[in-house]
Amino acid sequence: MTLRRIGLALIALAVVAGGALAAGPRAGLLLALGIGFGLVLEGLRFGFAGPWRLMLVERDARGLLAQLLAIALFAAVAFPLLAANPLELAPAHAPIGVGMVLGAFVFGAAMQVVMGCGSGTLVNAGSGNLIGLAALAGFVGGAFLGTLHADFWASLGRLPLMSAQSLDGATGGLGLTLASLAVVAAVALVRAAPGKRRPPARLIWAGLLLAALASVHLAVAGQSWGIVYGLGLWGAKLAAAAGADLSANAFWAMPVNAARLDASILTDVTSLTDIGLILGAFLVMRGRAQPGAPSAPLALQGWLGVIVAGLVLGYSSRMALGCNVGAYFSGIATGSLHGWAWFAAAFAGSALGLRLRPFVLVAPRRGVAA
Amino acid sequence: MSPLSRPAVGLIALAALAALIAWDAARTGLPDPFRAPPALALGSGAAPTGAHCTAN
Repeated sequence: MTLRRIGLALIALAVVAGGALAAGPRAGLLLALGIGFGLVLEGLRFGFAGPWRLMLVERDARGLLAQLLAIALFAAVAFPLLAANPLELAPAHAPIGVGMVLGAFVFGAAMQVVMGCGSGTLVNAGSGNLIGLAALAGFVGGAFLGTLHADFWASLGRLPLMSAQSLDGATGGLGLTLASLAVVAAVALVRAAPGKRRPPARLIWAGLLLAALASVHLAVAGQSWGIVYGLGLWGAKLAAAAGADLSANAFWAMPVNAARLDASILTDVTSLTDIGLILGAFLVMRGRAQPGAPSAPLALQGWLGVIVAGLVLGYSSRMALGCNVGAYFSGIATGSLHGWAWFAAAFAGSALGLRLRPFVLVAPRRGVAA
Repeated sequence: MSPLSRPAVGLIALAALAALIAWDAARTGLPDPFRAPPALALGSGAAPTGAHCTAN
């Protein structure tokens, strides 16, 4: 087992070194950060969709509280960093809009159906969950399709860009963000069942490590941790190779996106961390004495349902201007009010998704039930 | 039909990623590491140029 783990560590080092040699030191660092995210999420079993389900179904607040802790810690670092370096570092700010809120609601529902959010889908795929891998394929397609209609969803109406910083400055905005997180935590604590209020040390450590990795990511990339853009870019590259003309599309005609389309994915921030994240989750799974049981078999109808749910997950993440990482985690931590709107809408959508889940994940008649 | 084991599925995911990177490199070419941005954006004096999912 020790030899295997040494071998896995050497694989990780080789990938990071290869990325740095091929695309420069920042690419190597971003791959390393992605691997770190994967190690923490899979190794310490820190998730987003699961804790929301536990909160809704079992009134178990522990995972949600760990998420709030991670966001608060990242915010405590991000706000002063962004204020001191406005030219070099960019927050994950986006406007609240009709399409954005609707997208977050649908995303929340879909992530409960496939039991994987933006990061969770990558972790599930990397750690060998076949349902996660099928959902990831759908996610890539959906994130791309979502970019094609981005201007339509934006046209439904948006508020001006608002942030905690624009409401009360950097220091006041941080105080506002931390106070709001404390209010949500207090509500969760009040709603939680006895014995399900105190996060275990594992989740506390995961929250600390995620906040640390996200802070380093901000310093390295100049932007916050995200997931969805890279997946949409992969879909766009595949579509362009298949003959799709994206030059007339409003989203892909934007200079920043057109440049990404023509450049190597090894120069794209979110692609690099996404790749690293999948690898990190794989390394954790292979480093365990027992890799775990394979995902339960599904009927053909169930597999189609998973792929469609992944497609919806990807599409709605573009409508929502981010997923649980880009909008919820990074958005709130860097002061974006759209992160809060995303949280409220996606949480409500999760309640619906939990009811839909049994109708989508259909087991084969003679198979082993989940 | 018995489902694939977790290591097998994980390897399929990594193989798909490797294929994507190789295909993309063949199509767009590998980036020039000598024109790569500095290791850290913080302190570089340069504005961030990466794309993010919150931008639209």
